[in-house]
Amino acid sequence: MVKYVAQRVLLMLMTLLIITFMCFVLVRMLPPAELPLNDTHTQVIEARREAQGYNKPYLVQFGIFLKNVLTRFDWGVSDKLYLGQDVAEIFISKLPATMVVNLYSIILSIPVGIALGICAALKKNTWIDHTISTLTMVCISVPSFVYAFIIQYILSYKLGWLPFLMKAGTDYFSWDMFVSMLPPILSLSLGVIAGFTRTTRAELTEVLTSEFMLLARTKGLTKMQATVRHAMKNCMVVVLPSIFGEFIGIMSGALIIEKIFAVPGVGNLYINSINGRDYPMFMMLTVFYTTVSLLAAIVVDISYGFIDPRIRMGSKK
Amino acid sequence: MNNQNYEHIPQEMFQLAQRDANIHDTKLETKSRGYFADALLRFRKNKSSVVAAFIIGFLILYAIVAPIISPYTIKDKDATYVNYPPFIEGIANLGIGIFDGSVVHESQNETQLAYWRGIAEETGMDPVIGIVGTHETVTKFRGQDRVTISYKLKTNKYYETGIQYRVLSYEEFEKIQQYQNETGVQVIYPYVESKDIFDLTNPNIWYKVTDTRGTPELDADGNFIPAYSTNKNMEGAEYNSIRIEGDDGSYIYSIKKSGAVQVRLCYYNYYKYVVGHEPMFVFGTNSMGQDLFMAIGIGARFSLVFAVIVSAINLTIGAVYGAIQGYYGGAIDLVMDRIADVLSAMPYIVVATLFQLHLAPKVGIVPAFLFAFVLTGWISMAALTRKQFYRFKGQEFVFAARTLGASDWRLMFKHVFPNSLGTIVTSCALIIPGVISSETSLTYLGIINLSDFAGTTIGTLMSQGQTAMTTSPHAMFFPAIFFSLLMISFNLFGNGLRDAFNPSTRGLED
Repeated sequence: MVKYVAQRVLLMLMTLLIITFMCFVLVRMLPPAELPLNDTHTQVIEARREAQGYNKPYLVQFGIFLKNVLTRFDWGVSDKLYLGQDVAEIFISKLPATMVVNLYSIILSIPVGIALGICAALKKNTWIDHTISTLTMVCISVPSFVYAFIIQYILSYKLGWLPFLMKAGTDYFSWDMFVSMLPPILSLSLGVIAGFTRTTRAELTEVLTSEFMLLARTKGLTKMQATVRHAMKNCMVVVLPSIFGEFIGIMSGALIIEKIFAVPGVGNLYINSINGRDYPMFMMLTVFYTTVSLLAAIVVDISYGFIDPRIRMGSKK
Repeated sequence: MNNQNYEHIPQEMFQLAQRDANIHDTKLETKSRGYFADALLRFRKNKSSVVAAFIIGFLILYAIVAPIISPYTIKDKDATYVNYPPFIEGIANLGIGIFDGSVVHESQNETQLAYWRGIAEETGMDPVIGIVGTHETVTKFRGQDRVTISYKLKTNKYYETGIQYRVLSYEEFEKIQQYQNETGVQVIYPYVESKDIFDLTNPNIWYKVTDTRGTPELDADGNFIPAYSTNKNMEGAEYNSIRIEGDDGSYIYSIKKSGAVQVRLCYYNYYKYVVGHEPMFVFGTNSMGQDLFMAIGIGARFSLVFAVIVSAINLTIGAVYGAIQGYYGGAIDLVMDRIADVLSAMPYIVVATLFQLHLAPKVGIVPAFLFAFVLTGWISMAALTRKQFYRFKGQEFVFAARTLGASDWRLMFKHVFPNSLGTIVTSCALIIPGVISSETSLTYLGIINLSDFAGTTIGTLMSQGQTAMTTSPHAMFFPAIFFSLLMISFNLFGNGLRDAFNPSTRGLED
């Protein structure tokens, strides 16, 4: 198991390094952002660029970049959006908003999703199942910005229950803040709920028809006991890893939702850095998003082995 | 039992059972059904998928037909009719509450009611559709209760626009007069000097007012008193056309304005003069003043064509790549899989951005966009093909073909590939909505702007609608509903197709 994990992590680091290198070269090949004349930051940025090895071969530049990142966590300075400020600092200041919103969203959506999935699986082929399955399908197909619009229009505008945009400020745990976060939380949740409902339903229906369930009932367990003790356990083999994956993913902000609801988070920063052509920022966020998605994939894969002994045995070969 | 022992049975007693007939299997009485026929049959059983297929057909038809039948083109941008709600004059006149260009105004007081009445009386088009609600507020005024009534009104935004000031050249002014003479439609209305109406600049006030808020001065019968200018010294150009009712020939219809004339014109009628027909926006207009009915069609055309091209390219690349991977296996498979892994881990937004920055100036924005989709898009196709190849390559018919001396290439594409074709092609139906969705999100975010090439896209329309969401929700609503329908039906259709082509689910759904 340890060997397997080490293998996967090494492979991930390799992938990450290659992607970073490709993006890095492509970004550095672009002409660097023009700096405003007569600005105090201009000289600083130019000095920093000199130190980062602009105009040297790309491999040398990449070496300097890696060294800076690994030794001092120095990702360069923003040269467009936040002139002269440290990219890493801005990024860290944006992280809490994203994490709080995403955390609330998964706390809300995972139980709801699993509960709906169980409900649909137990009542298979009744109107309850059909309703849940149809809604799930709709939520998965329709992209998030459509229901962000519906939520904003109905809850915020027509009924006036919720504010349009997220409140500014850093008091992430105050009640006002929570209320103002509800629209993005809801918009984010719908997709996650739908995903969990679908997985749980599919998995549970399969488990419920298997033979050990029949055996459990034959030996005298009630339907409730059999479902909770045997079916749920097996169904969770698939559901739990994706929960871990979700938790890793809370750091990466949803791009569109954050933009619509003005969440001062990472996703918003990413879009701004792309639209504003702020390359150092773009570079850092690209590495960040790639890392998070790779990490989530690894955690999902490895946790299968931790949860289910059968899979652990299989990995030995 | 009568056991008899026959010891010597004479040979003559034996008879051959089948002397003449050949022994062979009897032919099956039932009709045989091929793979595709079977899949089609099972697909048809899935009601929701069939409905989805029809909806897709309808949406495609819409995308083809709507821009043709709409009287507008993507280049028609109206500066006044911006974010105006759906309106068709013929249906609006029926008064059934649809296509009436209606907007709701909250808390309107008497002065504003008079303002609407003013427009109705001057242009002959009553903007007020109906009073939705009244609200009474009681306030204490010098010790006495004073009741103020405010109304919630539903008005026609097209009629409500009423009169506008416009500066016209002399020729234009002449032409409009000619048009008026030919059609009898009053476009130009008598001029009102702002000094006569408390320096108000609202072109819709043509009556005498008593204060700067525009409270009208009424005569004994409760009618408006016109404040039209009769000052001949101000007159910009000779006016020889139809005059409004009650004009004894003394009103002036234009004033001088540095080499041109300024007039008050009824925008609705002016629009008819310019465009040749009355405004007809089935889905309303967007923030660019474009007809949404047509714009959605234009955007959908691009999305659909683009998605089909991307899927076709991805299918080809993915099939070849996956075939090589799956057929040879081993080290080749491992290396190729790593390459695919690295590419698939790149966030697509990064790929799209970088391709746009690097390639778009050289090869144009759409090819760059296409490359971005192809770069990572083929991976899922390759994975699918690889799986299918692993499934089939060890089977007897492949060995047989190999024994007969077939080359690798022939084995791959003559023997294995056709067997996996069904699965691969059906997955295309699930890739198309994915491409449309990503394309729409990117244009919605404004990361890629395709308006120069495609005219507009659904994503662009939605981001334009988003900005004016509260005042004109229709501008977001119609593109969103179109897009959602497209997504839902494509997913339903794709799922149905996949299930139908998957032999292992056969008989399960019954």
